[in-house]
Amino acid sequence: MPFTTALPATTGVRWTLVFRQAVLEATAAFALALLLLGPIVGLVLDGYEVKNELQRPLLIAAIIAIGRFLVALAMHTPAGQAMLERFNARRRQPGVLVVSIPESNRQRWWLLVIIALALSLPFLASKYWLTVLIQAMIYVLLGLGLNIVVGLAGLLDLGYVAFYAVGAYGLALGAQYLDLGFWSALPLAAMLAALFGCILGFPVLRMHGDYLAIVTLGFGEIIRLVLNNWLEFTGGPNGVAAPAPQLFGLEFTRTAKEGGVPFHEYFQIAYDPTHRFIFIYLALFLIVCLMVVVVTRLRNMPVGRAWEALREDEIACRALGINHVLVKLSAFMMGATVGGIAGVFFATYQGFINPTSFNFFESALIVAIVVLGGLGSTTGVIVAAVVLTILPELLRAFADYRVFTFGVLMVLMMIWRPRGLIRPRRRAFEVKGLCP
Amino acid sequence: MTIDPIHPPILEVAGLTMRFGGILALNDISFEVKQGSISALIGPNGAGKTTVFNCLTGFYKATEGQIVLHTPRAAIDLINILGQPFRASDFINPAAFADRLYYKMFGGTHRVTRAGIARTFQNVRLFKEMTAIENLLVAQHLQLNRHLMAGLLQTAAYRQSERDALERAYAWLKVFGLAEDANRLAGELPYGHQRRLEIARAMCTGPRLLCLDEPAAGLNPRETAELSELIRRLRDEHEVTILLIEHDMGLVMGLSEHIVVLDYGEVIADGDPRTVAHHPAVLAAYLGTEAVNDDES
Repeated sequence: MPFTTALPATTGVRWTLVFRQAVLEATAAFALALLLLGPIVGLVLDGYEVKNELQRPLLIAAIIAIGRFLVALAMHTPAGQAMLERFNARRRQPGVLVVSIPESNRQRWWLLVIIALALSLPFLASKYWLTVLIQAMIYVLLGLGLNIVVGLAGLLDLGYVAFYAVGAYGLALGAQYLDLGFWSALPLAAMLAALFGCILGFPVLRMHGDYLAIVTLGFGEIIRLVLNNWLEFTGGPNGVAAPAPQLFGLEFTRTAKEGGVPFHEYFQIAYDPTHRFIFIYLALFLIVCLMVVVVTRLRNMPVGRAWEALREDEIACRALGINHVLVKLSAFMMGATVGGIAGVFFATYQGFINPTSFNFFESALIVAIVVLGGLGSTTGVIVAAVVLTILPELLRAFADYRVFTFGVLMVLMMIWRPRGLIRPRRRAFEVKGLCP
Repeated sequence: MTIDPIHPPILEVAGLTMRFGGILALNDISFEVKQGSISALIGPNGAGKTTVFNCLTGFYKATEGQIVLHTPRAAIDLINILGQPFRASDFINPAAFADRLYYKMFGGTHRVTRAGIARTFQNVRLFKEMTAIENLLVAQHLQLNRHLMAGLLQTAAYRQSERDALERAYAWLKVFGLAEDANRLAGELPYGHQRRLEIARAMCTGPRLLCLDEPAAGLNPRETAELSELIRRLRDEHEVTILLIEHDMGLVMGLSEHIVVLDYGEVIADGDPRTVAHHPAVLAAYLGTEAVNDDES
């Protein structure tokens, strides 16, 4: 680390040294930038010819070198040194924070403000932003579900999208074959997803780490391929239509199907297609809030503690009389249930689903949400899910670079914040009269 | 062996044999641990002490032999509850088949702990990113209200069960002098505290037999003396039988009432500290003398 080496006391000599170091680092940055950008920016393919435009990478590399030089100098000013010190201090802190209850009470006001904001948003936003918000909520739900499996129980699941697909197809096929409505399909699809979680859970219980990741990856692909190829049952690549939700039998369509009453006629207001999305958003928001409460309580329950203990040390868990098979299975099933619920909402919001929505990239995205948010941190997962769905919409102009940015973001996060955006917190316990 | 009516055995090991492929790790080990005693298992490196421990606590399935734990209610065959492969005779006898199927599906290491044996590990295995008190709460898993709905709805019974668990955990922390560390992460504690926390965690499962695998490894002499005192207090005040593996001969000789010496997977001596310390085979195993080598050949 060039910045932390003790420098001679005399300012004149010191700045000469700093200057020389900065020039060296800038030169290195220049060379690297040229090496990297030369072929990418410098050689332009025009028709069948390759044109040589080397002045462009030179210019960019020069800008980078100057920037590097200025940063190197700035790091030696008192302000820069202080920043560096703060940065290093944070890295030395333990990864997990233990907080007592009164401190977390202060956050209640923030929570109220956020809930009020979230409830008023759909009435202010346009239809386009409403769909973005719904998508963000669905990813929050998926993140919360996968967080149980990956963050709490420590089982890396790369095929989580399978449960999402089971939920979505549960609604669509349930409506097609069994004539189920949205609200009756919701619990049934969640249970179906839990069943699939159980089916996946049994064979993988004896696996750890990498092996588990590969098996779950395979499982995710199996589900997608079955949905894609079982033409008679699932409609294959053509997909299936999913029913829209109803509010106590009121439909959100312009004209109702046989005997039904549309929402706008019942309340005698003008028809507006956004009503459907507002309703989905509010229902989804309710479910997300419920899930946050459930997950928070689960963490403090015996089963939640057993999940975390299993993540920390499986052998010790077995030595404490915990049936690791059942505990793992419960984590898988709980995660799958939440995934299934998210799938139902996805299907009803899209109105139509096909297997392309459930490819591996979705799984990777959900894993990224959990990892970026901080494994095990509920707040972190929510923030990460919202950021990762809303940011791409804000940066539509750079849509081509979305996956690239994503990769860079992941690399940077792993370097600077390997534990995620939000540091995981643990509750401190106190007992009256027994505390020291 | 005759049964002493005043000190009945809590654990009986008979003909325990463990093979790893072609290697005979344990050969026909037999010994017993008396109720309320402090017993030790010693032997040179690689003698098979930890293998015996792993068989007793269900981490290895013994190839042959019997391990029986005596509880007030029944004598439990520890090898059976791990789940065994089916035998030809099972397909004729449905009761035996059902029994074996049950343990094959739901049996395992955790059953041994539920039967009343708790253990610690040679290299401390705490839940490092959980607080000390949470470590003890996890250990009480089986005694708690684990009903999912009760927990989600926070019923009165559930909250009472959690409060009791918390109080028990604090009580154990106090016994081990760790009350100050209750809300610190287990991984951040000093090494000596981690060792004690691991024993406290094992005690939280409510064991009848506590197996300690090298509890004094890495402790300084003062800490070792404290540990020795602590182990004796656990036996006297908390009605638990203790079986330990230890290399610190000072600790073993001062603390234990019964010693089993292993070498090359066999029991070479068995008795009280004085007899064992002067047993020729033990001296040979630790120091190596010619006379005994001749004797064996």
